[in-house]
Amino acid sequence: MKIIIVGGGKVGETLVANLCSEGHDITVIDRSDKVVDQLCDRYDVMGFSGNGASYTVLEEADIEHADLVIAVTGHDELNLFVCLLARKAGNCQTIARVHNPEYNRAVNFIKEELGLALVINQEFAAAQETARVLRFPSAIEINAFAKGKVELLHFRIPQGSVLDGMNLYDMHEKLNCNVLVCTLERDSSMIIPQGNTVLKAGDVISIVAALEEQEKFFTRIGLETHSVRNAMIIGGGDVALYLGRMLLNSGIQVKIVEKNLTRCEELAELLPKATIIHGDGSDKELLEEEGIRNTEGVVCMTGIDEENVVLSLFAKTCGVRKIITKVNRVAFEEVFESLNLDTMISPKNITAELIVQYVRAMQNSFGSNIETLHRIMDDQAEALEFMIRDNFSKADIPLSGLSLKPGVLVAAIYRNGRFIVPRGADVIKRGDTVLIITTLKGVNDISDVFA
Amino acid sequence: MNYPMIFRILGWMLMFEAAFMAPSGVVAAIYQEGDVVWLIASMGICLSAGALMVLVSRPKNKRIYAREGSVICALVWFLYSIFGALPFFLPGYIPNFIDAVFETASGFTTTGASILSDVEALPHWLLFWRSFTHWVGGMGILVFVMAIIPLAAGGSTMYLMKAESPGPSVKKMVPKAGQTAGILYKMYIGLTTIEAVLLLILGMPLFDSLCLTFGTAGTGGFAVLNSGLAGYPIPQQVVITIFMILFGTNFSVYYLIITGHIKDVPKVSEVMTYFSIIGVAIGLITVTIDHMYPNWLLALKDAAFQVASIITTTGYSTTDFELWPHFSKWVLVLLMFCGACAGSTGGGIKVSRIQVAIKTVIKELDNAIHPNNVRKIKYDGKPLEHSVLRGINVFIMAYFLLMAVSILLISVDDFDLETNFTAVAATLNNIGPGLEKVGPTLNYSGYSAFSTCVLIFDMIAGRLEILPVLVLLSIHTWKDGDLFTRPGKARRKARIPDEELLDEGF
Repeated sequence: MKIIIVGGGKVGETLVANLCSEGHDITVIDRSDKVVDQLCDRYDVMGFSGNGASYTVLEEADIEHADLVIAVTGHDELNLFVCLLARKAGNCQTIARVHNPEYNRAVNFIKEELGLALVINQEFAAAQETARVLRFPSAIEINAFAKGKVELLHFRIPQGSVLDGMNLYDMHEKLNCNVLVCTLERDSSMIIPQGNTVLKAGDVISIVAALEEQEKFFTRIGLETHSVRNAMIIGGGDVALYLGRMLLNSGIQVKIVEKNLTRCEELAELLPKATIIHGDGSDKELLEEEGIRNTEGVVCMTGIDEENVVLSLFAKTCGVRKIITKVNRVAFEEVFESLNLDTMISPKNITAELIVQYVRAMQNSFGSNIETLHRIMDDQAEALEFMIRDNFSKADIPLSGLSLKPGVLVAAIYRNGRFIVPRGADVIKRGDTVLIITTLKGVNDISDVFA
Repeated sequence: MNYPMIFRILGWMLMFEAAFMAPSGVVAAIYQEGDVVWLIASMGICLSAGALMVLVSRPKNKRIYAREGSVICALVWFLYSIFGALPFFLPGYIPNFIDAVFETASGFTTTGASILSDVEALPHWLLFWRSFTHWVGGMGILVFVMAIIPLAAGGSTMYLMKAESPGPSVKKMVPKAGQTAGILYKMYIGLTTIEAVLLLILGMPLFDSLCLTFGTAGTGGFAVLNSGLAGYPIPQQVVITIFMILFGTNFSVYYLIITGHIKDVPKVSEVMTYFSIIGVAIGLITVTIDHMYPNWLLALKDAAFQVASIITTTGYSTTDFELWPHFSKWVLVLLMFCGACAGSTGGGIKVSRIQVAIKTVIKELDNAIHPNNVRKIKYDGKPLEHSVLRGINVFIMAYFLLMAVSILLISVDDFDLETNFTAVAATLNNIGPGLEKVGPTLNYSGYSAFSTCVLIFDMIAGRLEILPVLVLLSIHTWKDGDLFTRPGKARRKARIPDEELLDEGF
């Protein structure tokens, strides 16, 4: 597909890297020559320097033949204008990044009226993901599917857990829970486990289960299931605002520490129920004073990665139950990983996931669309949600009779509000929502996973 | 330096060279020439050497950067010249190996300078190989292979393309480097086919028309007759004149035409300037040589042919321009330096660089008069970035420095100044014939082995636009880290004593 990306910042570059590896024809537009040159050298893309909202520049980038325009500059207004112009100038879909909370409320109106295919608010998406983990702190990461009705939970098996040394056959019998272990990561390599795979303490595994089964499972293996009661957010950016609102709505106490007084006043106005602390989040005494030791969840989301990492390590020594670290520069992820931080959130990766998901669905307008895509286990695997359409050829055949490609797992079936952990005798029906976990790359359609 | 990756790509390229030799085998089969076994032997050597290199190298990291890009590009051209010389050398048609390398380098770099005085003595397959090297080298070897297989990971291929493609700044036509290379080659093959068919229709034998078309397409200049192109009828010469000019045009113009943006063509100032230069030069030469011809049309034909041949750096000749008046000869020498358009198959400094250089001079002149004048150099309506300007200035400087050094080096053979000057100019600009003892009717066989090596270097440096080849000569290219202390030694050295660190004099 021909894709034009306007804006070559951190988000733009992540998009270029992701979409390039999926084999699309990408043209990048950025104001700075240097940024454009660098992107052209690093990736197999074409670049133009100039204002992306200028018609001549768009024309030069061959807007007439583009299938998709993605505007991810730092300015919401510019992004919207680029999309508006692109829709008029060419026959293409448009995606805009909008992060201003004032626009976010009217996001559906903007989307409809301007004819945008997708509005990306990565701060909002990051806040959602953070909130999800805070509501279930035993998990490292939670991927939501089927509009939040199916969850893929990632967690680390603690030392001394009953799961240590247990194989999956025994697990079903001994725990008597209807859960499916989807992936297993050990020593930073990932596998889709079989029945005879033996679990060890320290492994990161992901499971799917119906909500009540989840509860049962975690109680039996000795992990807590209740949500945090209070959370401290260090750094009062837009993510903090969205997150604060979400947490307050689900009855979690929120304390936000922010350096800038004007911003504090703004936050106080927007989140009257939250405690807003004006002070430097990297001040140890301040954190102690504000009771970091009695806080159940700490979210570090200042603008500086290094600060977030150090603060998280400090929170860990204070015995905080759940620590979430925001990291912008994903390139150093391996380094951060080695520090054994609890949960890391990277807003621009979330954006990239959303856009890749949309692009794949766009490529496949006839088959069964991808509804949701999550890259899991350090991008080693993908979890994909498909809506089964009427033209699905393998419907009503028991799963044991379908030949799946290696590295593919049917992880969940969601039918008429009922969640099914798939076993050999289950069938996929038309109209189902199916969750697939795969190590294959570039799956566009559910038929791609059958041999 | 990612040595395993360099090794691997070079290995692949060598295997492709064997593939490039295959068409000559077909020619040998048609003419039933027995000594083609030497060609097959050469193919075998290329193939096994290449396969060995690919098998031995196991790159852990597939990324290459600007440095590796330049090195790979330069080494590929030297390797191709050395291995491509085998079909000349093994059967003994060129008994001296260095001469054989010269002939091949001259082919791949589309120079067209020869050390053979009797080309008609060569068998058809060898003549075909000689001309085919022009065609392969014209659009670029790496560019060709890139169109078929991805040589390196991700955007790394761009470094290869940048190193090989002529012109001050390399722009892709479509987002993917491989596809851009594919489009270039499709246009190249298309134009080549049209020319060959036209020549066939005008009655040229198939073999001659193919060989001459290859020479024109790559702007090379190897002919198949000792008399050059003088013996062919006028209509055929006219067709070749037109196609030489077409192959010297920036190929992005053809892309504009194909994609239906024909109205944008006049906005490409380089091409317009190129055509104006050709027009003016033809006019000047026609006027000065008119008295040597029975009528002005014949004078025009020869003038046009020669101007097209020199400015596009092809180097074909229909007449001995050595006999022309000095003014006409120097017009041709100037055209040698000017060269064709960027993004074409031609060599030389390139019209766009000359344009920018002139604009820079005018700007500096303006600054001398109004020292506080602020002015930006624009090209095709866009302000030029400093890095592009710097690149052009440095290129021109390096170009003349290399030229001066080369003339100095080859002057040990004690030829006259005009011979040496034009020999270097003709090889560095990838033209072929010079003046005096390397004129259109003579050849380069008089030079010693040492000078021949210098000229081989000049040809490849000229084709790759100097910097990628000069990179090979820099020690920083080959060594990582500190140049003056070997890493082993540095490690063995004891801790630096504190007083040394705290020394106030430091």
